[in-house]
Amino acid sequence: MRDIAYYPGCSLKEAAKSFEDSALKVSEEMGVNLKELSRWNCCGTVYSLTDDNLMKQLGPIRNLIRARDEGSDELYTLCSMCDNTLKRANSLVRGEEDKRDKINNFMDQENDYEGSVEVHHYLELLRDDLGWGEVRDRVVNPLEGLNVAPYYGCMLTRPKEIGLDDPHDPTVFDELVESLGGTPVDFPYETECCGSYNTVDNEEMVLNKTQTITAGAKKSGADVIITACPLCHFNLDSRQSDLLEVAPNHKPVPVIYFTQLMAIAFGYPEVNKFAEHAIDPREVLELKTKAGSER
Amino acid sequence: MDLTNSDRDLTAEVEELSGENIFSCYQCGKCSAGCPFTEEMDQLPNQVLRKVQMGDGSVLDSNTPWTCASCLSCEVDCPKGNDVPAIMEAMREISLRKNLDRVDLNELETKDLPEIALVSNLRKKTG
Ligand code: SF4
Ligand code: SF4
Repeated sequence: MRDIAYYPGCSLKEAAKSFEDSALKVSEEMGVNLKELSRWNCCGTVYSLTDDNLMKQLGPIRNLIRARDEGSDELYTLCSMCDNTLKRANSLVRGEEDKRDKINNFMDQENDYEGSVEVHHYLELLRDDLGWGEVRDRVVNPLEGLNVAPYYGCMLTRPKEIGLDDPHDPTVFDELVESLGGTPVDFPYETECCGSYNTVDNEEMVLNKTQTITAGAKKSGADVIITACPLCHFNLDSRQSDLLEVAPNHKPVPVIYFTQLMAIAFGYPEVNKFAEHAIDPREVLELKTKAGSER
Repeated sequence: MDLTNSDRDLTAEVEELSGENIFSCYQCGKCSAGCPFTEEMDQLPNQVLRKVQMGDGSVLDSNTPWTCASCLSCEVDCPKGNDVPAIMEAMREISLRKNLDRVDLNELETKDLPEIALVSNLRKKTG
């Protein structure tokens, strides 16, 4: 079993626990142990865009220091918001010497950090390190006939400098779905924002987007939508059930994490805890796949 | 147009907070064409930038920076490489640094919200 350093972030321990559980299981199947950093803190969820306030960069950078101190030159993430925030903070350290010096001087209990850790998203592990062949080899329940809408959202591909795929035409989810034996469906809103943090103080704005995105996926023939973001998941799954209260004719589409889809194909559907989803995916998965229905 | 001194400062302040050169925007409107939330905005993103260029302080009352979801769609589309979301953040910061929080945690229904939503919202909308 190969150990790789893993930064979970807060959501993966709470709201998105099934994201982590499914990722740990499918990794183990592929001979990879996601080794959680022994100490970590919240990354701050959003990268600060304010040029003159470096305080907001300390959270993500501290995590990179932890990884370095534990002897890792690579750090893997699952949450696309953590991934984005850590990568951008790392770019700041690497590219802006004056800011790096200020940050290092401020954190005088830590050894200086120069940007030595490479941050990767788990999808990069699959695509660039293990390769799709490794994924394909673990499939025991090919997702034949399952139409999957890949919802990339914002943070996996933007900005270009740190994005893991083409911001206008990403393909990594499509490649994953194909490797699992399913059919990726093209749908027009795959990189459109769900409304993000506005879900807290402008629910209506998010509900509009929830409707556009999920109805767009449905219209394109999707049985299920996949995501890598716990906030997108909330906005598309939980908010979809809020949407149904005001728009009862809306045809719901379940939204699951990409690692849950892998768990189904790998034969471990029980890790997914689908009963906790607002839009229950079990019925459509039962209909379409051999083993998706279990819990 | 009333370009008072304090209004002219707006341009400099936004440039300082965002680290962007606001005058590199040539008003092509691509940012607004691709922004997914213009329906909810009272001014288009490029209009906000134009007003900041002109030092028009009335733009601070716009709901646009508070509607912006930092989705970075405009950032990848801008032919001049302008970081529009950083400019939106600067506009928010100007209010937040005057202790004008946009969101009051005590008045929110937070019980069903995941932490990722709360933390990100409070990072963007409170000082
Ligand atoms: S896309 Fe860029 S140059 Fe065009 S209006 Fe927007 S900010 Fe200005
Ligand atoms: S970052 Fe803000 S202004 Fe730009 S497209 Fe997204 S919501 Fe619109």
